[in-house]
Amino acid sequence: MSRLLPFIGFVLLAALLGFGIWWNTGHDPRTVPSPLIDKPAPDFALPELDDPSKTVSKASLLGKPYLVNVFASWCYVCGEEHPVLMTQANRLGVPLVGYNYKDAPGDAKAWLADHGNPYSVVIADRSGRTAMDFGVYGAPETYLIDAKGVIRYKRIGPLTPEVIRQQLEPAIAALKKEAP
Amino acid sequence: MSRARLRALLAALLLACAAGAAAQAIDPLPFRDHAQELRFQHLTQQLRCLVCQNETLADSNADLARDMRHEVFRLMQQGKSDDEIKQYLVDRYSDFVLYKPPLQPNTWLLWFGPLLILAAGAVVVAVNVRRRARAGASGGDAADGPAPDNNTEDDW
Repeated sequence: MSRLLPFIGFVLLAALLGFGIWWNTGHDPRTVPSPLIDKPAPDFALPELDDPSKTVSKASLLGKPYLVNVFASWCYVCGEEHPVLMTQANRLGVPLVGYNYKDAPGDAKAWLADHGNPYSVVIADRSGRTAMDFGVYGAPETYLIDAKGVIRYKRIGPLTPEVIRQQLEPAIAALKKEAP
Repeated sequence: MSRARLRALLAALLLACAAGAAAQAIDPLPFRDHAQELRFQHLTQQLRCLVCQNETLADSNADLARDMRHEVFRLMQQGKSDDEIKQYLVDRYSDFVLYKPPLQPNTWLLWFGPLLILAAGAVVVAVNVRRRARAGASGGDAADGPAPDNNTEDDW
């Protein structure tokens, strides 16, 4: 028995390290879980990209659930995500608000003209100050906010057809069930 | 060797330190006085850049890190304490933004795990020592097996 002890120790250690590898391949260690899930979305009031004289605020969007998609023309991954939004945005059944993050208005408009505009409205946060309240640390990010203004789901990274099917759609369906 | 060479080496070292200090001041902020600047440096060194996750806010050149430094500075101007500023960032970016994880139930394993492993090792050692002492006292049991076996055990 005591001769087996080092071997058992080795197996335990190997199991521990193996678990570490498995754990880190299962999820992206760079993803920081948002502490804002199930908390009220921060108060915001941002100008529309197309018409800066108009302001979209948290209060003006209350009453029905909506998605906020953080994007920027300088964001490479946003370009990969964009075709998915173009085809799926209409099917989701909730408005998709575009959140133009730290972008020059001209660049953003040109980018949307090039790639198409899947958003029902686009708001612009040029300084990134409001984005900090949302805990944005990179684009693309997507938030699902319910009718009461509570953040219910956050996706860090691009929305893919799989993510939409496996995470976003169930989350939206749950909201619909809650408030018929 | 010589005194002159030593002095030159020292000068080079000092210069390198100065370069390091300069590199840290990535963007000049209008600090009220030196004490406030030191407090700012100290605070941003305890905060993590979310983009380049192994860098502190103080060291990082990332865009977001610069925005967050400005935010920290703005909060300092408002008279917020270090703890309030940390809490402000934790509310938005979770505990991950702190370089030193706080001591709370979900980090107990992180803080005390190494101690647990150390304790487990101590138990194994204690059991082994006691068993060997007993075997030695009884003058080597027949049950302990033949002599060569004992030798391999000693190798461990």
